[in-house]
Amino acid sequence: MPTDLVLANSAWTDATIKFGNSAGAVAGFVGILLVIFFAAGRAGGRFTRPLAITVMLGPAVLLLGIGLVVPLVRTVYLSFYNDDSTRFLGGANFGWALTTSHIQEVLLTTLLWLLIAPLAATGLGLLLALLVDRMRGQAVYKSLIFMPMAVSLVGASIIWKFVYEARDPSQPQVGLLSRVVIALGWEHPPNWILSQPLNTFLLMVVMVWVQTGFAMVVLSAAIKAIPDEITEAARLDGATGIRLFRSVTVPMIRTTIVVVLTTVMITTLKAFDIIRTMTGGNFGTQVLANEMYSQSFEQYNTGRGSALAVILFLAVLPLVAYNIIQLRKERTVR
Amino acid sequence: MTTPVTPGRRRLLAVPAVLALALTAACSNSSGSGGGGSSAAALTGDCAKYQAYAGHSGTKVTMYASILSPESDSLEKSWAEFSSCTGIKIAYEGSNDFESQLPVRVGGGNAPDFAIIPQPGLLAQMVKTGKVVKPPQQTAENENKWSPVWRTYGSVNGTFYAAPMSANMKSLVWYSPKAFKAAGYEVPKTWADLMALSDKIAKAGSAKPWCGGIGSGTATGWPATDWLEEVVLGSYGGDVYDQWVSHKVKFSDEKITTAMKTVADWMQNPAWVNGGFGDVKSIATTTFQDAGTPILSGKCAMLQQASFYRAQWPKGTNIGPDGDIFAFHLPAVNPQVSNPVEGGGEFLAAFSDRPEVQAVQNYLSSSEWASSRVKTSQGWVSANQGVDKSLYTDPIDKLSAEALTDPAATFRFDGSDLMPAAVGSGAEWKALTAWFAEGQAIPKVAADIDAAWPQ
Repeated sequence: MPTDLVLANSAWTDATIKFGNSAGAVAGFVGILLVIFFAAGRAGGRFTRPLAITVMLGPAVLLLGIGLVVPLVRTVYLSFYNDDSTRFLGGANFGWALTTSHIQEVLLTTLLWLLIAPLAATGLGLLLALLVDRMRGQAVYKSLIFMPMAVSLVGASIIWKFVYEARDPSQPQVGLLSRVVIALGWEHPPNWILSQPLNTFLLMVVMVWVQTGFAMVVLSAAIKAIPDEITEAARLDGATGIRLFRSVTVPMIRTTIVVVLTTVMITTLKAFDIIRTMTGGNFGTQVLANEMYSQSFEQYNTGRGSALAVILFLAVLPLVAYNIIQLRKERTVR
Repeated sequence: MTTPVTPGRRRLLAVPAVLALALTAACSNSSGSGGGGSSAAALTGDCAKYQAYAGHSGTKVTMYASILSPESDSLEKSWAEFSSCTGIKIAYEGSNDFESQLPVRVGGGNAPDFAIIPQPGLLAQMVKTGKVVKPPQQTAENENKWSPVWRTYGSVNGTFYAAPMSANMKSLVWYSPKAFKAAGYEVPKTWADLMALSDKIAKAGSAKPWCGGIGSGTATGWPATDWLEEVVLGSYGGDVYDQWVSHKVKFSDEKITTAMKTVADWMQNPAWVNGGFGDVKSIATTTFQDAGTPILSGKCAMLQQASFYRAQWPKGTNIGPDGDIFAFHLPAVNPQVSNPVEGGGEFLAAFSDRPEVQAVQNYLSSSEWASSRVKTSQGWVSANQGVDKSLYTDPIDKLSAEALTDPAATFRFDGSDLMPAAVGSGAEWKALTAWFAEGQAIPKVAADIDAAWPQ
């Protein structure tokens, strides 16, 4: 017993010290900020503007530099070197990435993800937005649909891993999906996670499950923002149902749809947790982000890992650019 | 902007002063608890035996490993007395992602004080980072209680870095003596007997002869590498095994592909696997922890797994020669090979040379700790000659300990753990998983693994 007490005591002191240290650090940080702002506020004359810009923008630029630009440059640099970054290889790592059949498969799977998961999530989100907006108590339904967004991707993957769990048909089933299809009369359901290429789509379901709520909420807001006069005018012209949706609603929220689509695409390109948690990249489900991690940190081939990171970066870049352009357009429209 | 300067300046000075005060307060707070214990006081009573490690009261060391509860609970118990007597707290953290997270933590400057590394390949990789600290003199001397082969496994390029903590025997087949007795089966002594028995069980029809599972999170595939290693060692003996591990014999070599064929005839035989879980492919999605459970319900008869599998059986399972579960030594494929034993072990690598870290390192390499560990739980074996074999209460542990210290045995360390990480914990796991999950052809599997070997 005394041992436990001692341990508990030291845990408390430990916690107190840590809390004290963090409080001190926060106080220090705020203090430094106060000093800087105060100094900047004192400055007068022709220094005011440049100083204000430096003070306001400086930290952000600095952090961006440390967190994004430097690693980017370094990753590009490393991608031209061998596994432990001691020998220059030229473009060999990129050649490897584009010619190895396994990596080609990974690129293809990633492309599949990129096309299907965001379209499914956005489409489903749009459908739900239209349907739920007409229902009474829509807030409740929206919260329920949005809820998975609050679950981490790892958590969501674990949940769905249980759903896809398969056992021999003669045994009690652990997985929900097998249980359901057996109840529906399918005698020998497959081992879901193992069935290629079905398993890739089953993994996408997790991403769609998580992202649909986000798409729905954003699109629903955009639909509500359509001026009533426009809808009414269209109605007077005789447009109803699908025609109203196709000719009025969709064009009016087009920029929002694009933003949602590209945002989900970017998330999808970085999909890592789902694959890692559910299959570890085995059974033909590997995607670029996870392969990059595996090359760099499991097989210790920094060169190849960096090359994959660069490819991933180049793939995300146009999407981000397009996303930003659309966001700006939307802002000017509003 | 023409406000008077003086009051402003005064305030400007005041802020850093307050800041300094706050920081001093925070810092003094932390140093106060550090020197709390009286240093090197004489330990009395039950604690007297830890005198050599005294003088570090109030300190804390962190330890990171792949061992999860419940195994880790008894591990922590094994040093509890040491901890309370010396006042060195050992903060243990176990992770399923240890193999991939350790390099990330070390590379990111967030290395634990200790890592329990189960793979010499990973140890070599860590040494390469320059962050592994050489053990103190006492630890190196304690190491002499192990047979010399272990020093080579804890060394990188001839320099000794990490003392072994535990040893395990992989060449075991788990089975149910009760079920064998009821069905009139005998424990096979040769590979031919084993195959004949498998066939007999399969034909009897009530159970599949074999269970298998190679799922293990991001380490999925390792049990399959063990099967291949057992067969290679048992078919060709130690020399070929050593050449294979160092890639002088490639995976695509006829010797290895023949061994893979032997594995396929054994663990990929649809009539023989995978009792209770499904077809051959289900081996890929069954976790190794779950793999053996159908033996208890009679869905399958045997499982090839290491001695540490002892910890996986549910509480209350009667393990013994006449019990629910027991194990026999996997026979050599080629009867010419003398008593092949494939084994593994865990090595304690330190990333810091603080005195309390060295004290813990010395203690954990001692026979005293090994004995304490043997006493805290079954299913744990040391090849430390200072451990009294009568301490082993479990027949499996006794069997393993004897095999691991038997001079006539052909003992070799787990091969995938000796290969470079790119192969041993990368391509080989992945390719063998694909072999089971997708039924890929042997030449392709072999070529995939060979291609990953660092140039």
